[in-house]
Amino acid sequence: MLGEQLLNLRRVAPELLLCVAGIVVMIVDPFVGPARKRWLGWLAVVGALVALFSVHIAYDFRGPAYDNLISTDTFSVFVHAIVILAAVLAILGSLDYLEREHIQRGEYYALILFATAGMGILAGANELVTAFIGLEMSSISTYILVGFRRRSEVSNEASMKYFLLGSFATAFFLYGIAMVYGATGTTYVDKVQGMLEGPGPIPALAMLGLGLMFVGLGFKVVIAPFHVYGPDVYQGAPTPVTALLSSAPKVATFALMLRVFYVSFGMVSDFWFWAVWISAVLTMFIGNLAALVQTNVKRMLAYSSIAHAGYILVGFAASTTLGVAAVLFYLAAYVLMKVGAFLIVTHLGQQGEKRLDVQDYAGLGSTEPVLAACFSLFLLSLLGLPATGGFLGKFFAFQSALDSHSAHGTAVIWLVVIAAINSVIGAYYYLRVMISMYFSEPAKDYVPSSVAPALGFAIFVAALGTLYLGLLPAQVLEIARTAADSLPLH
Amino acid sequence: MVTFLPLLSVLALLLLRSDDHVWIRRIALTASLAEFAVSLLLLRGFDSSNAAYQFTEYHHWIGESIHYHLGVDGISLFLVLLTTFLTPLAILCSWESIHVNVKGFFISLLVIETSMIGVFLSLDLFLFFVFWELTLIPMYFMIGIWGHEHRIYAAVKFILYTMFGSILMLVAILWLYGLSGTFDLDGIQQYLAATPLPHMTELLLFGAFFLAFAIKVPLFPLHTWLPDAHTEAPTAGSVILAGVMLKLGTYGILRFCVPLFPVGAAEMAPLIAVLAIIGIVYGALVATVQTDLKRLVAYTSVSHLGLVVLGIFAFQTTAIQGALYQMLNHGVSTGALFLSVGMLYDRRHTHDIKQFGGLATPMPVLMSFFLFVALSSLALPPLNGFIGEFLILVGTFLGHHVWASVAASAAVLSAIYLLWAYQRVALGELTVERNRTLPDASRRERIILVAVSLVILFMGIASPLFTRRMEASVGNVVTRVNAALNLPQSASVPPREKP
Repeated sequence: MLGEQLLNLRRVAPELLLCVAGIVVMIVDPFVGPARKRWLGWLAVVGALVALFSVHIAYDFRGPAYDNLISTDTFSVFVHAIVILAAVLAILGSLDYLEREHIQRGEYYALILFATAGMGILAGANELVTAFIGLEMSSISTYILVGFRRRSEVSNEASMKYFLLGSFATAFFLYGIAMVYGATGTTYVDKVQGMLEGPGPIPALAMLGLGLMFVGLGFKVVIAPFHVYGPDVYQGAPTPVTALLSSAPKVATFALMLRVFYVSFGMVSDFWFWAVWISAVLTMFIGNLAALVQTNVKRMLAYSSIAHAGYILVGFAASTTLGVAAVLFYLAAYVLMKVGAFLIVTHLGQQGEKRLDVQDYAGLGSTEPVLAACFSLFLLSLLGLPATGGFLGKFFAFQSALDSHSAHGTAVIWLVVIAAINSVIGAYYYLRVMISMYFSEPAKDYVPSSVAPALGFAIFVAALGTLYLGLLPAQVLEIARTAADSLPLH
Repeated sequence: MVTFLPLLSVLALLLLRSDDHVWIRRIALTASLAEFAVSLLLLRGFDSSNAAYQFTEYHHWIGESIHYHLGVDGISLFLVLLTTFLTPLAILCSWESIHVNVKGFFISLLVIETSMIGVFLSLDLFLFFVFWELTLIPMYFMIGIWGHEHRIYAAVKFILYTMFGSILMLVAILWLYGLSGTFDLDGIQQYLAATPLPHMTELLLFGAFFLAFAIKVPLFPLHTWLPDAHTEAPTAGSVILAGVMLKLGTYGILRFCVPLFPVGAAEMAPLIAVLAIIGIVYGALVATVQTDLKRLVAYTSVSHLGLVVLGIFAFQTTAIQGALYQMLNHGVSTGALFLSVGMLYDRRHTHDIKQFGGLATPMPVLMSFFLFVALSSLALPPLNGFIGEFLILVGTFLGHHVWASVAASAAVLSAIYLLWAYQRVALGELTVERNRTLPDASRRERIILVAVSLVILFMGIASPLFTRRMEASVGNVVTRVNAALNLPQSASVPPREKP
């Protein structure tokens, strides 16, 4: 009995450690003077790093935990690693940002840790109500984080918008769970499949439930037509929070979507294929076309992350093991480049996030060559240029989609062609930032402050990771494939 | 090995301080000369009787299906040499004309060299695509940072055009992988030889590849990026663009489009040939009326490369050899034209023909060389351009009298625009007084011009030295096409396979 408990604890070690670290930060907070709040951030970094390494423990003892509520398999471990890495980078990026904005507080770090724990649960949940708890944990923490610049109206508006619409979306998800339960009598992800396989047609109630869950989760990963809140929230949130928000929750929610759609409803993939297809096409076009006309870099990157959700859906549509691996690889590359890009925006925004316009980046190539080079790397990776992680992510996503064309016919070929055309549309706005950085004269009256070491380190890690995934992807790809194999697909 | 030498020197350059201009130039030049020497070794070891790839390198890269696979054959050999020959010249010609961010400039130039050689040598479609896309970004910077007045517009137009073409090629590459299960060129060829594609699939795949290459070439009516990019780029950029980068397109057609999809190629050949002929005549006519000297040279590329495409789609060994030869000629001659124009620009900071006139008086040496390269570009025997044009026209005439007859007008037209331009620039009385004191070619410029002129002359006289080495590989392509055309349904008679 005790052994059983210990095993369970090991299987949820990352979440456990994240929560413990969060609680410790909260407890220590009152005893730390205002001048030293920054140390709480370092405490959070240490906690998150320990959690990151504890992923190994979870991996070594993988198996179902707590009566199969949580399934710690390679898939979940892979997602954990990405999510926690994103959190570490975001915290590193926040340390000096909070100082600059005079909002250095302990809760901030604790909330990030709790949110990350919630995302970890999402990634491993094998039961829909557990997944719901994870979703709420991460959502509620991020609602607060988005509004953390309390004196900024934009931040408040963003938080309110996110909270209202987000609650709505979670309700959809909950309704979906209820209907699936009504139709199949189970909320275990891996048992739904067996219940649906029985004689007779698949109950409409289950399909309706699936549709509602698609709405709820689609909202969280910001895909069209549930994306409307995205740009406002991303723009209003403090930039390091945007870095976190545009990466980690998306990864975790995509992981849950993979589980629900592939494992529970894999046999009806013909049914949801079209929903994903339409949503992917809409997401890519809306994201890219809207990003074209943005002059605010932060907002542009927000639209670009919508577009990227669309590319991920292209891999998602494949509904094969290869598709899962492609999505996982894409997510890893995506997190690194997106967090990196937003962290650079964090630095360049300067106090009060005033310098976010494309023109404010003018001449960065000559005044800050290294920073400009890193930003170019992230932009080129987002654009999908070879030798970067972003390219291989797209490459594998397109490949897996084309590979499934025997099952889905020419629709999937069209999907890839549309995605390809979209990535050229995207090239325009990414290149526009580079034009400003390299081809324009720097502003005379403005000298950027130097990059803080912690932030610089985070950017460096992200840049290195982006290059690594672009040049030597074999190892990560292999892990992604093993992870995909660990899902009990039909 | 050959591929990454410039990249190594880029690392060395990165270590240098960015205001140490002298050493940056010296290292860049040394590296590119060393690269040229290494590529000459390639020539020495090349076995011209062998149609297969030589000096191959093969390593696993990503997973089981993507390899680092390089090799050279008669088609790519001279294009590599062309690249390594033009890069030192491009470095020399920007010795004094580049003042801003010198380090970045030479780094871009060497990265372009690496990626272009990589394109010519790749035998794995994935690797090919990686190098293909990598050529874009440094060239984008080169036009955008060191270019002339409308550089940003030109740079964006250049990169968006090319990316649009190449992204569909990526889809086609993935599709081919889905069919054959490999990215390896040999593997795909074997697969396609054994299992003919459905007709529609072949046409679509051919179209996707061809679109990417046709934009790069550029084939009429996809050429509109070219005059802008060439005119706005700095001299070195124009030399590399015209000299080598356009050949990436024709090389791609010759290496991938035609051998992989012979049926599609044959079916589309009449249409493509018509477009090529329109390009030949149109490019020449537009060049005639230009008032900007650099733009004039840029439009000659549209005309000349139209001829190359025509030669390839004539499907005759002679014509394809001619096309290949003309690719090299165009690289050298047009590169030289851009170099001369760049030298004029260094002196007067304008390309406007009206600002020149009677320049032969103050600078006889420079103008003589200008005439020499113009003559080579308009295909005067015994210079290099003649051989290429002649081979293409003869080869085309064998199969298609009308095509060849119309295309032959290019010879007349090119004489008109180039000689007329020369007359307006060099002959007569000095029209602009301040041109009287312009200095003649400096020692550095003479080295450049002599080197180019020697190659022009050599290629004109000693063409068998080149064609002999191309023959086996070109023959290979032609046999493959003919085999597919004569027996489109029968898979029992496989085309000659490469070992």
